[in-house]
Amino acid sequence: MTRLSSPEKLECARKEIVAKIDPSKPCISVCAGAGCLASGAAEVIAAFKTELEFHGLTTEVNTRGTGCPGFCERGPIVMIYPGEICYLQVKPADVPEIVSHTIKEKKVVERLLYVNPATGEKVTRESEIPFYKNQQRNILSENIRLDSKSIDDYLAIGGYSALSKVLFQMKPEDVMGEIKKSNLRGRGGGGFPAWRKWEESRNAPDPIKYVIVNADEGDPGAFMDRALIEGNPHSILEGLIIGAYAVGAHEGFIYVRQEYPLAVVNINLAIRQAAERGLVGKDILGSGFDFTVKVHMGAGAFVCGESSALMTALEGRAGEPRPKYIHTAVKGVWDHPSVLNNVETWANVPQIINKGADWFTQYGTEGSKGTKIFSLVGKISNTGLVEVPMGVTLREIIEKIGGGIPGGKKFKAVQTGGPSGGCIPEAQLDLVVDFDQLTKAGSMMGSGGMIVMDEDTCMVDIARYFIDFLKDESCGKCTPCREGIRQMLRVLTNITTGKGKEGDIELLEELAESMGAALCALGKSAPNPVLSTIRYFRDEYEAHIRQQRCPALACKEMIAFHIDPAKCKACGTCFKQCPAEAIEGGKKRIHVIDQEKCTKCGTCFDVCPKQFGAVGKISGEPVPPPVPEEKRAL
Amino acid sequence: MSEIHLQIDGKDVVASEGMTLVDAAKSVGITIPTLCHHEKLEPYGGCRICTVEVEVRGWPKLVAGCIYPVEKDLVVRTRSEKVDKVRKVLVEEMLAHAPDSEQLKVLAEEYGADKDRFDKHPSFCIHCGLCVRYCAEIKKKHAVGFVDRGSNREISFFPEIAGKECWDCKECFPLCPTSALQAAYVLAESLMSPPEEAGGCGCSCSGHKK
Repeated sequence: MTRLSSPEKLECARKEIVAKIDPSKPCISVCAGAGCLASGAAEVIAAFKTELEFHGLTTEVNTRGTGCPGFCERGPIVMIYPGEICYLQVKPADVPEIVSHTIKEKKVVERLLYVNPATGEKVTRESEIPFYKNQQRNILSENIRLDSKSIDDYLAIGGYSALSKVLFQMKPEDVMGEIKKSNLRGRGGGGFPAWRKWEESRNAPDPIKYVIVNADEGDPGAFMDRALIEGNPHSILEGLIIGAYAVGAHEGFIYVRQEYPLAVVNINLAIRQAAERGLVGKDILGSGFDFTVKVHMGAGAFVCGESSALMTALEGRAGEPRPKYIHTAVKGVWDHPSVLNNVETWANVPQIINKGADWFTQYGTEGSKGTKIFSLVGKISNTGLVEVPMGVTLREIIEKIGGGIPGGKKFKAVQTGGPSGGCIPEAQLDLVVDFDQLTKAGSMMGSGGMIVMDEDTCMVDIARYFIDFLKDESCGKCTPCREGIRQMLRVLTNITTGKGKEGDIELLEELAESMGAALCALGKSAPNPVLSTIRYFRDEYEAHIRQQRCPALACKEMIAFHIDPAKCKACGTCFKQCPAEAIEGGKKRIHVIDQEKCTKCGTCFDVCPKQFGAVGKISGEPVPPPVPEEKRAL
Repeated sequence: MSEIHLQIDGKDVVASEGMTLVDAAKSVGITIPTLCHHEKLEPYGGCRICTVEVEVRGWPKLVAGCIYPVEKDLVVRTRSEKVDKVRKVLVEEMLAHAPDSEQLKVLAEEYGADKDRFDKHPSFCIHCGLCVRYCAEIKKKHAVGFVDRGSNREISFFPEIAGKECWDCKECFPLCPTSALQAAYVLAESLMSPPEEAGGCGCSCSGHKK
């Protein structure tokens, strides 16, 4: 592969690549992101290759595995160009029909299209599916346009033009100015303005500086960084090199968790390809600017997403946070100035350079500019990655894009910001989503996890879940975090198992206050899931403590299953399926649950035929006595 | 070194650059309690008992006095209501591990901490890391370290190193504020020592020559 030794050569190479692309030539793009691969995308791609070969179409049709377009709920996703036909949940068995119908006869396979549940209408084009239509996909939209393993694909869509522009038309101060003007804020959690970190590092006298990508995504339910680094690794790399040029760094690191094997493979491949083309390494594009980058695999500790812990881990030591009274931008890895930004933050950089800060700031609110990617998960119809401009409301995301709550259930809360965030209730659904508003509501933007919960979710149990997660994920170095989490978990476990007592809520609040003295942001923000649920769902805490009742009927130790004798038709379904053999039944005899034997698995509740609805869940009240023997005959 | 003027508990203090709040307070006779702090060791900031309240650009925040560097015009409160409340909970949490520690008892008295507030967790260790850091930084032996993380974090002697190094050293013993170290060490020793009748482990390790 030829090294591109000048910006002109880069443009020539790009022209050559683009010239080879025939826009009218059919292209089958299959999402090859981790989610779709798990649902069989690799088999679908293989089936397309075999089928095209069978029809002798190998040279006339392109097939490629792309990055994740976001609609993970309906994977594997297949897009057919030109025409942008979008097929969902495609199986290898569907492939012959797609090739014979869509590729050969230019007809649409109706049964694989998206059906709008509201109208029953079928939607052919991706951009018309409500899930996508209501998004603003500045960053994510590139994923489906390119083969994640091909630098040529990235060059074809204008890749590395921002780097070339920066190196030959802008001084580092100009780059700083543009980023400052864009007011790009860190997408990893705190929302700290990127330019401030950059400027602090740039102004630090130490000549050795580092730039780092934080790809240690670890919030439960969050996967936007994975999709970016797997799907479009070159964009992250390009952003990083631009950052390095601006702050005067010549070395960089990409800290990616090893649980993201495909991301590790794709980013390493991207670096190798970029090095072969002279886009990373010595004398980039003949500009005289040198930059090398190493991939560092994280060992899986959640706390390593915290900047100082990540840097300690980069140095080869156990990933523990250290005091940051002097910013890591001044004294970071091996005490050298180090700029650490999240994957999504870096991915924004090339676009800001190419399209300008004014383009970027047209999206968003006063204090939060641009778009943000969320991973919308939980009790929501359309699970997946969602990119929206800052400033849309939670309601728009959940109802318009997410398609609301499935199964006719009622919305209860949305959890944002992972273990450092909080739960936001229905009354606040019209809150606009930006860094400052979410913090005001007692939650936070975090890296973009958004977990939707319905009426069946117990909010005390959710708080307990997050604290239990942190019990193992705190590094354990400082007392308020380690011990505070331990004690909080004990209190929350008591409450959710019916052993709560008066004063527990106040104790949780007191522990939360002491955790304000923790060493790092993980510990300081660890009480947020507890405090926000107390703030908005105090009645649920009180019901658990005072009435031994779980209003959501979710806490196993506080509920009982009961068969309503008036409704039971003695069909035997629950009797046969109870794994604990806790149901006493018989032909034409009203069934009865033996409460001693019942393990509260809920099987009887789930299998009781809908038309009978005889099995009920109760909490906070005594179980009615079983029907007397003589009255059990139907 | 340039002079830095700041205010601690209403007193004007002149400190030199690089000093911590604990040092600066000490210079005017104000004691900020510490547990994991040690003059010979790198600042650690683990136990947080030295938590104080500072005002940065008008915003109060809690920081660790043993590592926070003095800043010009900083306002520091070492005994605000908030600070005392935090210290009380921290002492109570540590007492759940080491109820008999003399140092903790003194602190409990000072801050009105109830040693029975939280259920006992008899590990005896409060994770101050003095033994671990002393062994690593001063002795450069790394015979004792932290294992696991979060609530499961504990100190552990590594038999391969401890067997060779610890018998003639034991300098970390008196540093331990809870006597946890002895417990851990005794445990490690019992694990390492061969049964008497076996007559040594047959290796040349110094630990078994006694």
